[in-house]
Amino acid sequence: MNIVTCIKQVPDTAAKLQVVDSHVTWGDSPLIVNPWDEYAYEEALLLKEKFGGKATAISMGPETANEALKTCLAVGCDEAYLISDAALKGSDASATAFTLAKAIQKLGEVDLVLLGKQAIDGDTGLTAAMLGRYLGWTVLTQVIKIVEIDPKAKTIKVERFMEEGRQVCSAKIPAVVSVIKGINEPRYPSFMGIRKAAKAAIPKWGIADLGIDPTRVGKTGAFVVWPEIYPMPVKETKVEIIEGASPQEIAAKLADRLIAEKVI
Amino acid sequence: MTNKVWVYIDQFKSEATPSAWEALTAAKTLTKDLGGGITALVFGSNVGEIVQQAFEFGADEVVVCDDISLKDFRIEPYGALFAKVVGEAKPEVVLGIAGTRTRDLFAYASVDLSTGVIVDATGLTMKDGSVQVTRPVYAGKLLCNELCPNTRPQLITVRVRAFAHPEAQIGKSGTVTKVDAKLSEEDLTTKVLDYVVEEGQVSLDGAAIIVSGGRGVNGPEGFEPIRQLAKVLGGAVGASRAAVDAGWIPYAHQVGQTGKVVSPDLYIACGISGAVQHQAGMRTSKVIVAINKDKDAPIFNLAKYGVVGDLFEIVPALTEEFKKRLGK
Ligand SMILES: Cc1cc2nc3c(=O)[nH]c(=O)nc-3n(C[C@H](O)[C@H](O)[C@H](O)COP(=O)(O)OP(=O)(O)OC[C@H]3O[C@@H](n4cnc5c(N)ncnc54)[C@H](O)[C@@H]3O)c2cc1C
Ligand SMILES: Nc1ncnc2c1ncn2[C@@H]1O[C@H](COP(=O)(O)O)[C@@H](O)[C@H]1O
Repeated sequence: MNIVTCIKQVPDTAAKLQVVDSHVTWGDSPLIVNPWDEYAYEEALLLKEKFGGKATAISMGPETANEALKTCLAVGCDEAYLISDAALKGSDASATAFTLAKAIQKLGEVDLVLLGKQAIDGDTGLTAAMLGRYLGWTVLTQVIKIVEIDPKAKTIKVERFMEEGRQVCSAKIPAVVSVIKGINEPRYPSFMGIRKAAKAAIPKWGIADLGIDPTRVGKTGAFVVWPEIYPMPVKETKVEIIEGASPQEIAAKLADRLIAEKVI
Repeated sequence: MTNKVWVYIDQFKSEATPSAWEALTAAKTLTKDLGGGITALVFGSNVGEIVQQAFEFGADEVVVCDDISLKDFRIEPYGALFAKVVGEAKPEVVLGIAGTRTRDLFAYASVDLSTGVIVDATGLTMKDGSVQVTRPVYAGKLLCNELCPNTRPQLITVRVRAFAHPEAQIGKSGTVTKVDAKLSEEDLTTKVLDYVVEEGQVSLDGAAIIVSGGRGVNGPEGFEPIRQLAKVLGGAVGASRAAVDAGWIPYAHQVGQTGKVVSPDLYIACGISGAVQHQAGMRTSKVIVAINKDKDAPIFNLAKYGVVGDLFEIVPALTEEFKKRLGK
């Protein structure tokens, strides 16, 4: 099986963000592999171990995203490709999915594409369904378990984590699958893996390599624009500590407050 | 089908999801500027009741497709139908409630419609003829104003509980337009086989009250007092990742960056320190109460009311108190 995993590089979850003129920076906090995408590469590796074949990681982003791809190589992905081009800057989810689709088509025979549920910077969770549609493949989002894959019959059975419970469904591959926490436990890179990845040269594809018209992506091609980003206004809440001689007294006081707040 | 503002009504098992109607409230804020009425889009099987409810909650027209192939949400038949109906009617905007199905549907169909999708709106205003959407990004640390300026329709999901549930006008009706499904069962390769629902689970989605436990509950049985308080208050049970990772409670309860994002009226955090990743999931709650032994726990910076103490004393006392007050 040929499996591709789409990885985004994002600022660390604990980063202290600064915004100047709608431009977000994160000081010296590290850039990391988007946490949800760790589940995607781990699942790619597990499937590869089970069925044989190849796991390829791709990332669209600036040169720094090479580090995220090196993490993928260090944990055991066979190949990695960086999709990077000045013309891609300002791409929205649709332009990103379009570009990833072109890259996947260039990779040739692919059975399964694995993505994370969402990227923790933009928090949109749109890429998987868009990518699937661009490719014309099956789309299965929020997958918490791949129950079985039959590479010969080209079928897949999964459990999807929905608001109401787990939906069990079967479908055809090739498929685009987004995964969530709970599907596996992402492995750590080994020392050998890190050494090997450090030496690896990661090919870079620009839009010309992918046959993409520059007006289709980036700022000009994006359907959605985000002219303003600003800090969440801080709620003026200073905590009121409820004290009392006994738990009962504290509970009574707290109950008074909550009833007055009309939240109960 | 000439209204400019449309609303897609999310349903599960032939019932509108409880929050689905909030999108109609959001739509009303737009018809003020855009004019016209509201068209509700109802897809499913056996959805006659939803059509009636849509009128009562404020729709002027309902476009409905009632077909067995739409019984369970599947992206292919729903996406193909949505792209066709919306593509022909060309509304300015289609709103829907943020959730797995609507997000997938809008994303998938947006490719056919060559337009943009904006998710998780907490505010809507008009700017230069387009809807300006305010939404949290970076795990709620930042806000972003987004627009889809050049293409139509603008596909927008609104965050659960960001807009009020509309008042019903009993008996109100309007025009019903029936449309046919675009794909038939034979065209479809995705089959829904089953749903596995956790026993007795109150969903975090849309819950008005959530009582959450963290590492401080100290074991699976530590969730018992949390559950009892939630039960008395008619709320749902949440958890920190530490409690989920320890195996004390299933992942469906996890609140935070890699769990659910919730926005209840009341969030009671018990034995939770308040790490940024946990805050990402609950910071927009209306009133936050923290119960923690450690007076320096970061959760107190977020809370409106705090109790510095042992949750195993405070939580049962609260349960007893509310039993009395609520007459249970
Ligand atoms: C990529 C990433 C994603 C993450 N996603 C999430 C997420 O989605 N959700 C999430 O919650 N976390 C998430 N985390 C983890 C997060 O960083 C914290 O580790 C986690 O939230 C801590 O959980 P906790 O508050 O229960 O535990 P702790 O931080 O250990 O806090 C336990 C608290 O309980 C108090 N306590 C102990 N005993 C008692 C008692 N008897 N009575 C009262 N108080 C008591 C202690 O004083 C302490 O403050 C994520 C981390 C990373 C790196
Ligand atoms: N620039 C990118 N490069 C590679 N994969 C991406 C990129 N952006 C998003 N993805 C993938 O799409 C998923 C969902 O992202 P999003 O739709 O942006 O929330 C992520 O978890 C990644 O797997």
